[in-house]
Amino acid sequence: MLRYILRRLLTILPILLVMSLLTFILMQKTSGSFYDTLKLNPQISPETIERYIKLYQLDKPLLVQYFSWLTNLFHFEFGYSFFYNIPVADVIGGRLWNTFVLSLASLILTWGVAIPLGIYAALHRNKITDRLIQFTSYIALASPTFFVAMLLLYFASQSGILPLGGMHSANYDGMNIIEKFFDVLRHVAIPATALSISSIGALQRIMRGNMLEVLGQQYILTARAKGLPENRVIYSHALRNAINPLVTILGYEFAGLLSGAALLEIICSWPGLGALMLTAVQSKDIYLVMASFLLSGFLLIIGNLLADVLLARLDPRIRYEK
Amino acid sequence: MKNRAWSQFCENRWAVAGLIILGIIHAAALFADFLAPYSFSNEERTYSYAPPSKIHFRDEQGSLVPPFVYGAEIKFDEYRRRIYQDKADEKYPLSFFVQGDKYKILGLVPTTIHLFGVKEPGRIYLWGADSRGRDLFSRLLHGARISLSIGILGVAISFSIGLLVGGIAGYYGGKTDDIIMRICEMFMMFPGFYLLLALRAVVPPNFNSIQVYLAIVVILSFIGWASLARVIRGMCLSLREREFVLAAKTMGLSDLRIIIRHILPHTLSYSLIAVMLSIPGYILAESSLSLIGLGIQDPYASWGNLLAEAMGIVQIKFAPWILLPGFFIFITVMCFNVVGDALRDVLDPKTSQ
Repeated sequence: MLRYILRRLLTILPILLVMSLLTFILMQKTSGSFYDTLKLNPQISPETIERYIKLYQLDKPLLVQYFSWLTNLFHFEFGYSFFYNIPVADVIGGRLWNTFVLSLASLILTWGVAIPLGIYAALHRNKITDRLIQFTSYIALASPTFFVAMLLLYFASQSGILPLGGMHSANYDGMNIIEKFFDVLRHVAIPATALSISSIGALQRIMRGNMLEVLGQQYILTARAKGLPENRVIYSHALRNAINPLVTILGYEFAGLLSGAALLEIICSWPGLGALMLTAVQSKDIYLVMASFLLSGFLLIIGNLLADVLLARLDPRIRYEK
Repeated sequence: MKNRAWSQFCENRWAVAGLIILGIIHAAALFADFLAPYSFSNEERTYSYAPPSKIHFRDEQGSLVPPFVYGAEIKFDEYRRRIYQDKADEKYPLSFFVQGDKYKILGLVPTTIHLFGVKEPGRIYLWGADSRGRDLFSRLLHGARISLSIGILGVAISFSIGLLVGGIAGYYGGKTDDIIMRICEMFMMFPGFYLLLALRAVVPPNFNSIQVYLAIVVILSFIGWASLARVIRGMCLSLREREFVLAAKTMGLSDLRIIIRHILPHTLSYSLIAVMLSIPGYILAESSLSLIGLGIQDPYASWGNLLAEAMGIVQIKFAPWILLPGFFIFITVMCFNVVGDALRDVLDPKTSQ
């Protein structure tokens, strides 16, 4: 298994390199740079801009720039953000944590709602409640997350119970740890719900399908035949086997959340990596774009790898090595 | 075989309803100029956020008259917000096949006839107006053109690439397969939205609207082809072992011809399902991009940039009709899903639950 993981990690390295080179060239080759906007600002002297361009080696040939960026990368230095004027790692670190908070909240919400719903629907198959759940799931699946977010923001503004954006209240710094937790929870509620709605629909359908499949197996019949109480049949025999395949989805979903979260961060002004990427792209903050972009790719790979490893651990039929 | 699948499809009432709604929406988009009373850029700024016009069928005495709308009297409340009131003495009869903005039917025949409208200076806002007093109904129809065509064009391009590349990888196998699959992985390794933003950053800012539109189509198909290529490649790996491929080879057909004419048709039912289920993704991607201001630019309308106006809470509160584009996106996505799922049940019974 360790060899498999190592091999997977080694194969992604060249891909990341090629991708970084491509983005680097594309970002540099297109018209306009960060300092073009600054040149229009009369308060900043041309000498200052000249100094910055020298400092960040923007006057050097493209490949020289790329390789100096690359060698720094091996020292875990990701370059400087033009806009924030601090190392990119410092900008991204906090943002990444915020995105993680949002993704985690959404993940907990999705699983906390979808799994019980799926079990309930499977146990009440084709009854009116099941049909209702299936119908709403179908609608949830088709609802665009950004639209759900806008509707939620609207209802929140009408009722005034939830904050309309951001991550902290103004007096956040003065709160104690418990108050802080609930403050973030209140802020995360809308983006996390919007992010979860369609995944709840999808996961619920998968859970229901798995549960129905397991309930039709012979060992369930055996368990029932030997007189086990129905509760134990369902919750200790059926549920375990039905939920197993879902664990891999967890890995893939966590990786996919990053992408979905980006748009919601922008709409709900959540200070995460996606919102950062947008401003960085708009202001041509090259190193910031490169770092966020590569980081997002790296996280996706790690998520997928984790999912594959988990799958192999849980399902003895799967072997990655010959 | 085909007929059986079709009649099975027709048994699914939801799917048929979905197909009909999709047909109506697409037809409406095609004839948007004619159906809409105004062009997408026709603005009357005094009518900012005018509410939907009420169409009256009875006059003050209560007797039945041809339909008409009242002229609007604009007043301001204490917050300087506009309040629209009917002017009792100004009536504009609603007429059909009226003269209006110039356009070309299907881009060919120039004309000025619109399905319905009212005489100037009266204005009819079936579904209300936006911030610049443009008719939302007209803009929705025109926006449907862009939003729907991006979906169709994007899918067409990415599926042509995906089918061909997947076919080549699967047919040749070995080194070719390895290289192509590594390239596919490269595209799939990045979260879609980040890739979208990074690619959008490359589009020069001095592009005009049509160029931006094409750039978005290209970007979306650029991202989308890889996952399809992977699946097609898997199918071709097993298809190439079949006897008819050997037969085609012995007949001396060229490799490309074997791939396109003999192998790829076998993936048709899968591709058809995949097309139906991936169009919503393109529509949503365009909408998201336009929503955050990186997609279709004003004055051109797409469902995404129409919805961008609803980003402000105040606007939604006083002009809730600006949320309509969101419902249209939702309904379209829903219909594509329903039709796609039904197709899968019919064509590919193995994978359906």
